Amino acid sequence: MTLSQADFAFVSTLVRREAAIVLAPGKEYLVEARLIPVARQVGAASVNEFLANLQRKPNPDDQRRIIDALTTNETSWFRDREPFTALTDVVLPELVKSRGSARKLRLWSAASSSGQEAYSLAITLQEALPAGWSYEIMGSDISTEMIKRAEQAEYSQVEVNRGLPATQLVQYFERVGAHWRVAPHLRRNVSFKHMNLTAPLPSIPQFDVIFLRNVLIYFDVATKKSVLRNVARLLRPDGWLFLGAAETTIGIDDNYERVAAGRTSAYRVRSAVPAGAARKG
Amino acid sequence: MVIDDSRAMRMILKRIVAKLNFEAIEAGDGQEALDLLATMTEVPELALIDWNMPNMNGLEFVTKVRAEPRLREMTLVMVTTESEQSQIVRALAAGAHEYVIKPFTEGAMIEKLALLGLVPTGANS
Repeated sequence: MTLSQADFAFVSTLVRREAAIVLAPGKEYLVEARLIPVARQVGAASVNEFLANLQRKPNPDDQRRIIDALTTNETSWFRDREPFTALTDVVLPELVKSRGSARKLRLWSAASSSGQEAYSLAITLQEALPAGWSYEIMGSDISTEMIKRAEQAEYSQVEVNRGLPATQLVQYFERVGAHWRVAPHLRRNVSFKHMNLTAPLPSIPQFDVIFLRNVLIYFDVATKKSVLRNVARLLRPDGWLFLGAAETTIGIDDNYERVAAGRTSAYRVRSAVPAGAARKG
Repeated sequence: MVIDDSRAMRMILKRIVAKLNFEAIEAGDGQEALDLLATMTEVPELALIDWNMPNMNGLEFVTKVRAEPRLREMTLVMVTTESEQSQIVRALAAGAHEYVIKPFTEGAMIEKLALLGLVPTGANS
């Protein structure tokens, strides 16, 4: 299902008027992807039905939901902060010790959407890794539109306001017309790949850290199990998995153990947790 | 403290910071803000500062505040349509702590203030 031109025009006009965001033609997929959870939340059978109802009977609450979905959800840099702080303070120091000979790390931003998480990881590593180390970050998403968007690495003024400190904006981005593009020195360490987490995953080298945040919440238990099993195969035995704050492996996949990581939690494959590491129930 | 020559913008910013329990005083330009600060015994914790204003612009205001030891503790955030990279660098070099480009959403402003430690835990979720 794709948004009709009339529905897209309705949403474009609304967000332009209320939030000064310009949705160029071709963003239909993005709009639809963002509005699916909103439609569900208000009990509509589909995005089409939700928009049809709203056009028939304007409602400020639903209009606000649309604006929020298109401006505030899933688009922040360093979203939730704590996992990135844990990466800097806990995970990277440990990996720097254990990967001293290779001096190279691989990280995966699973369900990378428009790329903010993958590039936030790149900024974190750029600043935290000692000289002489290198890193690769792979972002993956089920949407080819999102992959294209993430590869373009261009963000609007509104998007770069979201959680990105100004010092990092000027250091890691460059102005391109009215947009900001991630600087080449960061982009060259980040790649994106089309991937469906619920299907068998490709054979690629394992990762030291996987961010799989706010993905499992969309799946039923059987699919969660299958995704976690697939992901475990791509996590190095002593690697770290970060889930969203509302997600857990507990009761779903016993191969993982939850461990404290700074002020948040991460997950490690059970046999690999070193004796004495802090554990959280 | 909210410093902007647009009354509408001052209202928007006051409404946002009120949610974080800040009581805001307003000034229409940099000079008016400095004059007000001179009369105050308690220095405001935060100033949200437009760039382009009559009498004294935001950049001059930031430079003057940074040169004044009594105002050292104020957190300075530029809130402006000036979006050139060189302008952001100038503001940060002059002593601004953060920079928010207009237009912005309420959530974006609160996130920026959270980066500066000005948002109580949980208030921006």
